[in-house]
Amino acid sequence: MSADEARAAAERAARASYGKLVALLAAPAGDVALAEDALAGAFEEALRRWPATGVPANPEGWLLTVARNRRRDVWKSAAARTCAPLTEDSAHIDPLADHDPYAIGDKRLELLFVCAHPAIDETARTPLMLQTVLGFEAAEIARAYAVPPATMAQRLVRAKKRIKQARIPFTVPDRRSMPDRLPPVLEAVYGCAAIASSPAGEAQYLAVTLAVLLGNEAEAWGLAALTTLTLARHRTGFVPLDAQNPSDWDAALIDEGEAYLRRADPSGPPGRFQLEAAIQAVHCDRRRTGHTDWAALDTLYAALLIVAPSLGARVAAAAVRGRIDGPEAGLAALPTDAESFQPYWATRADLLARAGRDATAAYHRAADLTDDPSVAAFLRSRA
Amino acid sequence: MRYTLLFHYQEGSVETLGEEVIAEGKRAMTSYAATLHAAGVLIGGEVLHSSELTTTVRVTEGVAHVQDGPYADTKEQLGGTIIIDVPDLDAAIDWARRAPQAQWGTVEIRPGASHLVEGVWT
Repeated sequence: MSADEARAAAERAARASYGKLVALLAAPAGDVALAEDALAGAFEEALRRWPATGVPANPEGWLLTVARNRRRDVWKSAAARTCAPLTEDSAHIDPLADHDPYAIGDKRLELLFVCAHPAIDETARTPLMLQTVLGFEAAEIARAYAVPPATMAQRLVRAKKRIKQARIPFTVPDRRSMPDRLPPVLEAVYGCAAIASSPAGEAQYLAVTLAVLLGNEAEAWGLAALTTLTLARHRTGFVPLDAQNPSDWDAALIDEGEAYLRRADPSGPPGRFQLEAAIQAVHCDRRRTGHTDWAALDTLYAALLIVAPSLGARVAAAAVRGRIDGPEAGLAALPTDAESFQPYWATRADLLARAGRDATAAYHRAADLTDDPSVAAFLRSRA
Repeated sequence: MRYTLLFHYQEGSVETLGEEVIAEGKRAMTSYAATLHAAGVLIGGEVLHSSELTTTVRVTEGVAHVQDGPYADTKEQLGGTIIIDVPDLDAAIDWARRAPQAQWGTVEIRPGASHLVEGVWT
């Protein structure tokens, strides 16, 4: 086996198991940073050894064993002995000694609840998930947030210190606390999807894992459906939804997303993620019917504006209004407090153009407000 | 794991709050302390006099500067503390949420780093 093949195998193992392994290693003492270091060491060792020995039958178990040994070495090291007393729990715990890593995938779920704990700074929750559960480097996360790498690294270190020293527990909240504790987890996973929108679909994988592990949480299935349907239409470079050719979409992912949406069986009115997933499902349905059901979208946006009246939803609802009652009605439905919101200008430009009015300034404003060069190029071409 | 609950609130007196409100607050604190004790998590606690009675001392270059008034002259003052021993932050949050002071002020939860046993830090 070549070094490249070993690297590819290690990367596959990393994608599939990184969060699970961090969760397993970090849970006993709440030490996420130590778990990540130990795991990074294990991956290095895999890259050194696997080219000669081949990929082990159970790569996840192999990585866990090596990481566990490394973590034990840290606990036993002279540095640890002289710098800090071994705490009672770190001295004797090794609950991983005999277990089968496939049997307790649930630890990953606990890690998600740790990352989005109310005692963790809201702005650190999604970055923490990207790093500890999905294995992104601090530098990559910093780039996505457009902050200096040192700032992001510091934010992550502070959050991990808090987890360890304030002792945030690695547990899944009971049903009584679930209504308070689940929404920030879903928000943070949704944040991962917005940032890690790569074709590999790491965040979609995370959302599906969360829904599967929780079993019966309707909003978790809604989020799984939303991220899956969004991924089904994912492409490089910007093409507006209208101009996308449905035969380019991933039919298998659309089926999968629709199945998740059907699994979401709310006991009360549908929540924000189910409604957003349903909106995506209506758009994806153009693949089957050849046209967009604007009336269905209108109904769904009306519900979404009651549950979660974000600026984005209000702008999108106005665009739908424009399709049903004409562009002038759409313009009248646009929110008035959105002067610095890029989608507002893009939608306004489109509605003005459809109404046969001068849209040049609005297209330029929308282009100026986006960070994405392909979106800016498209908008300028329309102006 | 030990956590100190620090109670911060706007100070009131019999004149500003009325006797009935003060008595109701005392009853709530009695019941809260009994619940903590019965759950086996209570280490200790203290309710402080108003910050009108507080004195601060700072030594600069060997000279003690003694002043009347609190360390920080803010609207909300530290009014008391309770120390509990519970497994983790979620348990501490649950106790903080049930503190009567959470109704009229803010409860801060600090994990303990070290505490005294027979005059020795452990």
